[in-house]
Amino acid sequence: MNDTLMIEAHGLTKNYRSVKALSGIDLAVEAGSILAVLGPNGAGKTTALRILTTLALPDSGRATVAGFDVVKEAATVRRHIGVTAQDATLDELLTGRQNLVMVGELSGLRRSQAKARAVELLERFELADAADRVLKTYSGGMRRRLDLAAGLTTRPPVLFLDEPTTGLDPASRLNVWAVIRNLVADGLTLLLTTQYLDEADNLADRIVVIDHGLVIAEGSAQELKTAIGGATLEVTLTEAHEGAVAALSRFIEGSVHTSHDGRRLRGPVRSGSGLATMVVRALDDAGVLVDDVEVHQPSLDDVFFALTGHGSNGTEGAATPAPELEGALR
Amino acid sequence: MTLASLTIPAPLTRPRSGLASRLHDVVVLTRRNLVHIMREPMQLSDVTVQPVLFTLLFVYVLGSGVAIAGGSYAKFAIAGLLLLNLTTSAMGTSVGLATDLSTGAITRFRTLPMWSAAVLVGRTFADLLSAIVCVVMVALAGLVVGWRPEAGALSVLAGFGVALLFSYALSWACACLGIVSKGPESGASVGLVVLFPLAIVSNALVPTQGMPSWLRLVADWNPVSSVASAVRHLLGNPNPSASIHDWPMQHPVVAALGWSALLLVIFAPLAVHLFRRRTTG
Repeated sequence: MNDTLMIEAHGLTKNYRSVKALSGIDLAVEAGSILAVLGPNGAGKTTALRILTTLALPDSGRATVAGFDVVKEAATVRRHIGVTAQDATLDELLTGRQNLVMVGELSGLRRSQAKARAVELLERFELADAADRVLKTYSGGMRRRLDLAAGLTTRPPVLFLDEPTTGLDPASRLNVWAVIRNLVADGLTLLLTTQYLDEADNLADRIVVIDHGLVIAEGSAQELKTAIGGATLEVTLTEAHEGAVAALSRFIEGSVHTSHDGRRLRGPVRSGSGLATMVVRALDDAGVLVDDVEVHQPSLDDVFFALTGHGSNGTEGAATPAPELEGALR
Repeated sequence: MTLASLTIPAPLTRPRSGLASRLHDVVVLTRRNLVHIMREPMQLSDVTVQPVLFTLLFVYVLGSGVAIAGGSYAKFAIAGLLLLNLTTSAMGTSVGLATDLSTGAITRFRTLPMWSAAVLVGRTFADLLSAIVCVVMVALAGLVVGWRPEAGALSVLAGFGVALLFSYALSWACACLGIVSKGPESGASVGLVVLFPLAIVSNALVPTQGMPSWLRLVADWNPVSSVASAVRHLLGNPNPSASIHDWPMQHPVVAALGWSALLLVIFAPLAVHLFRRRTTG
């Protein structure tokens, strides 16, 4: 067991009636780092977070946060964590300031201390002007910042963020990202869940990809991208053509995915000089008219696609996964 | 390197245990609920508008057709109206809790190092304070329509105290309903279905002597009847049930205290249990 791990989980399982939410998850987060737990809706991200924040009990497995067992020492764990979760909201009828003071007092701060801390946090999260407005009047971005502030009231060493930017407009999202980066500069350990690949890519030191309650890949964003290999080739045809797949097969390592209308084809390639030229020439030789050829370097979206056989939001349908990657990444 | 040797700043909180920190949490949450009432004063209509309206309606409409031996209907009815209003407004506890549970405010509380049952105690304390408002409103409306207490000041205060104790105990039962309900609306409708018959099938508004014998048996053993009789007894108001031989009607104060204690002993621990179960997935 590693002594510098702030969050550690072994074999967490959790069933809700007959639904398997978690099927044995291991997590490890070094002190002072950010782990992003990435997965589509229903993958088990929130369940894992609920267990680590003492809101749910695991069926089996164990986990420690800041060195304390989340089941046996739940009360102590709660003193060391801040939580910002979508289903753990603040009070609509209180002002921003009253909310923060209340959270502070319920965390064991004296009233004067809680008030001082609230002023500090409202200032830091640019909410000072709205401090004495009732929460009902806050915008989505303001609420999220106040949620973050509430999670930080006690200066916890570990912060959990459940989908911190889901539902925010792009500007508010960038704002929240900036806030999160600053937090880690303060030495916080952070675990965040997200269904946005770019969010994990932008914020996290390490990424754990989970699907159907299991960790299917783990590593830094770079490692995940490297593991998936080269670039992706995407070709858009003027119209669907039977010969296209055959013409592309000598470039593509693995199988070619074809869109429903047969006009868009994609697959992994090893990028090299003149690749696009060769692709166009090969298609031309086969009598296929080409509208567009793109070679792009892998994104985390591609990683997800390769690992699960479906896109990050599950809309791409069942294509061929790359099972050999799973072993490589674990 | 170990966790202890890293320069992790200690959190601002201290270890929390003991009665003092529990009471502190209760005070914080009671205050929160009072702020809610100040922000949405309509929440108080159950204990302000309704008592006045009920008093006027029942005394002038029902009172014109009901003869009470040994006094006016108004003198008989105020204790009963007190019970009717307190019983139906106990629903506020279940609506309030169901609302909190539906918004996720309680999930937030559950992540804090606080005494989790403080959510329930704070809720019932705030509701007790609004019950006191209710008592004052009924008493004032009563004075206007001709009701007068005819016992010593201490006895009168004891009478109101017995009613408030029962209302507090009942709010724990309603807390259970609120926790198991699906949302604020169902919390309210369940409350109505249970509480309204409880208040009406009793001696609160009419003497039970005129009821069919089976209904009368139910009414005489209804906790609300015991409390209404106890309040009438302590206020020195006419209490026709005193001539009924069933035990609770002969010993209304003891019965009222007993019913309240029983409700508390059953429903307070049950509410805490249901609350923990509902908020720990």
